[in-house]
Amino acid sequence: MKGLLGIAELTREEVQAILDRARHFQVGPGQRFRKFDLLKGRMVVNLFFENSTRTRTSFELAAKGLGADAVSITAQASSVSKGESLVDTLNTLGAMRPDAIIMRHSASGAPHFLQRHLGIPIINAGDGTHEHPTQALLDARTILDRGKSLEGLRVAIIGDIAHSRVARSNVYLLSKYGAEIVLCGPASLLPIELRQLAPGVTLTTDMDEAIRGADVIMMLRVQLERQHEAAFPAGEYFPFYGLRLEHLKLAKPDAIVMHPGPINRGREISSEVADSQRSAILNQVENGISVRMAVLERVLGGDANAGAAH
Amino acid sequence: MPALLIKNGRVIDPASRHDAVADVWIEDGLVKGVGANLSPAGAQVFDATGLIVAPGFIDMHVHLREPGFEHSETIESGARAAAAGGFTSICPMPNTAPVNDSATVTTYIVEKARRHAIVNVFPIGAITRGSLGEELAAIGSMRQAGAVGISDDGRPVMNAQLMRRAMEFARSFKMPVINHCEDLHLSAGGDMHEGAESVRLGLRGIPGSSEDVMVARDILLAELTGARYHVAHISSRHSVEMVAFAKLKGLAVTSEATPHHLTLTDAGMIPYDSNYKMKPPLRSASDVNAVVEGVVNGAIDAIATDHAPHAGSEKMQEFEKCPFGIIGLETALGIALEHLVHSGKISLGRLIEMFTVNPARILSIPRGTLAAGAVGDVTIFSPDRQWTYDVNKSLSKSRNTPFDGVSFHGGPIATIVTGKIVWQA
Repeated sequence: MKGLLGIAELTREEVQAILDRARHFQVGPGQRFRKFDLLKGRMVVNLFFENSTRTRTSFELAAKGLGADAVSITAQASSVSKGESLVDTLNTLGAMRPDAIIMRHSASGAPHFLQRHLGIPIINAGDGTHEHPTQALLDARTILDRGKSLEGLRVAIIGDIAHSRVARSNVYLLSKYGAEIVLCGPASLLPIELRQLAPGVTLTTDMDEAIRGADVIMMLRVQLERQHEAAFPAGEYFPFYGLRLEHLKLAKPDAIVMHPGPINRGREISSEVADSQRSAILNQVENGISVRMAVLERVLGGDANAGAAH
Repeated sequence: MPALLIKNGRVIDPASRHDAVADVWIEDGLVKGVGANLSPAGAQVFDATGLIVAPGFIDMHVHLREPGFEHSETIESGARAAAAGGFTSICPMPNTAPVNDSATVTTYIVEKARRHAIVNVFPIGAITRGSLGEELAAIGSMRQAGAVGISDDGRPVMNAQLMRRAMEFARSFKMPVINHCEDLHLSAGGDMHEGAESVRLGLRGIPGSSEDVMVARDILLAELTGARYHVAHISSRHSVEMVAFAKLKGLAVTSEATPHHLTLTDAGMIPYDSNYKMKPPLRSASDVNAVVEGVVNGAIDAIATDHAPHAGSEKMQEFEKCPFGIIGLETALGIALEHLVHSGKISLGRLIEMFTVNPARILSIPRGTLAAGAVGDVTIFSPDRQWTYDVNKSLSKSRNTPFDGVSFHGGPIATIVTGKIVWQA
């Protein structure tokens, strides 16, 4: 029984195995995803306590692509809105014997807390401001697809780092490969302790400095819903921390721009950049499916004996 | 009731500078004498050979949850847990429902305790009505009804002018003002100590400065008003430094530390386990070292548990949803012996002082000594007996502790209140 709670717990070899396996599920431009029956007869529950279109759909397609049954439950539709506790909700779902629960929750550590009380593997689809492991995996797959190596890569991650689970998971993953990671944002969203997250991390509040010489620029959404008081003066985000075309001149000539979505045009990224040749945003979405297929296969196992128990 | 003779224990009473093997004779609820080879006729004898005999321990900071939250604790169950921890007196904070902000509620607690509690209960009244921080509570009437101090524990008074008036008014009644030091704006939404661990876990931080700015403000107000001021559950290194400075200046400023803030750090938490969630939060190793140093050098006067029971279902939630606080009455002595005495930081005498005469003086309660004529409250403990805490056997109604399954060297053996043995190991 092994779920996927975070990148921090994985070894570099485990990460690499998922990234390698994901290639097997990728398809060429314009092609539809192929169908497999590797997880035939298995059932996964998508339990989303937070709104999400792309991640939930992506997991659902990944599960179905492998032949598994996927049930999606959103918090609004479940008994959570009737006041049921998280533990009770999960125990109820557990009684239906799913093979894994894919869970997104607004509270950091919610899946970690549940995993201690539940015998079913949990795949973390994003917990609060902590981790979003499949996002980091699909980001890495996207970087590799552009012909770059993760070793020695210079990656600028820019935006609301304090509240970003995407940033944390990416830091853990990239650090395992010895990448140079520059975290950038206004100081109020860039706690100095981030330096201690993993080896290879530096911090700067200067966007030009972050982008200079970068191979990859990852922009983050400003998470207004997670900020409980104004962390920057109104109207001062885009002028100082929004990515515009002229910034790209500072980066390496073949640098790519990434964004976990959903993007806010004109807030953290200009439309020109988002729609430019440098943007890998749609490749990220596409890789979401193949990477999540690899993750589901790893968690649910290609092991024939495990399947026989059903 | 027959006389009680506690024979042959090492009697340590810092208040009367006594530390020698002796007998303690208690009759009619009062200490008759401490000396060698006492043999009052017809006395019940308790053999304390190899044990420490101390004045009854006082926990000046507990939560008994009654009235209002009896599913978590009652005055009766909390008092039993206290006795099992070696405490003969406990001081419940006023954050009940209703808040203890009037003589009526104080009287309710005192009367309930008189009938159901096996240890002494000395309530702490609220500073402001409903602990809402808006207008002063009925401080004088609560004093008359038995309150021994005032505090808006958990909901600190943010308005400095109101705090000033509270200090002035309390001074008129010789009551200490006890503050849970937390600037609520700096700590807003926080779930654990702000630092590398909170950043790593993606949990919102409670910076040490949220405590420090409040301690600084209050010390200045204590100087302005001449009030007796006490810092509850001190946890940050700068706060310890400031209290030491205030004492150096001769101000009537005192402080207490909890066993958990003397021993546990943010980095040592089991991630997202709410048994490690309390206010103030478990801080960094340098803060913990500073709190221990404060115990050694006297900046910290008392050890108090901040016993904060919560029903299991309340603590079985997402970390950010769980209430703050852990129980602590039954483990306090074991932890203090292990980490302060056996580690060589302080003497047994200093430890006992922090559990007895110091809280008694801070709160002006007639306890904390075994001098002839004193109330016969006695704590008998072993300095080295090995035992393991099993929270499922706790006498508290709640189970929220990070110390379940932890082994200690030394702990309570018997608890005696006004000459009566109310608990025995």
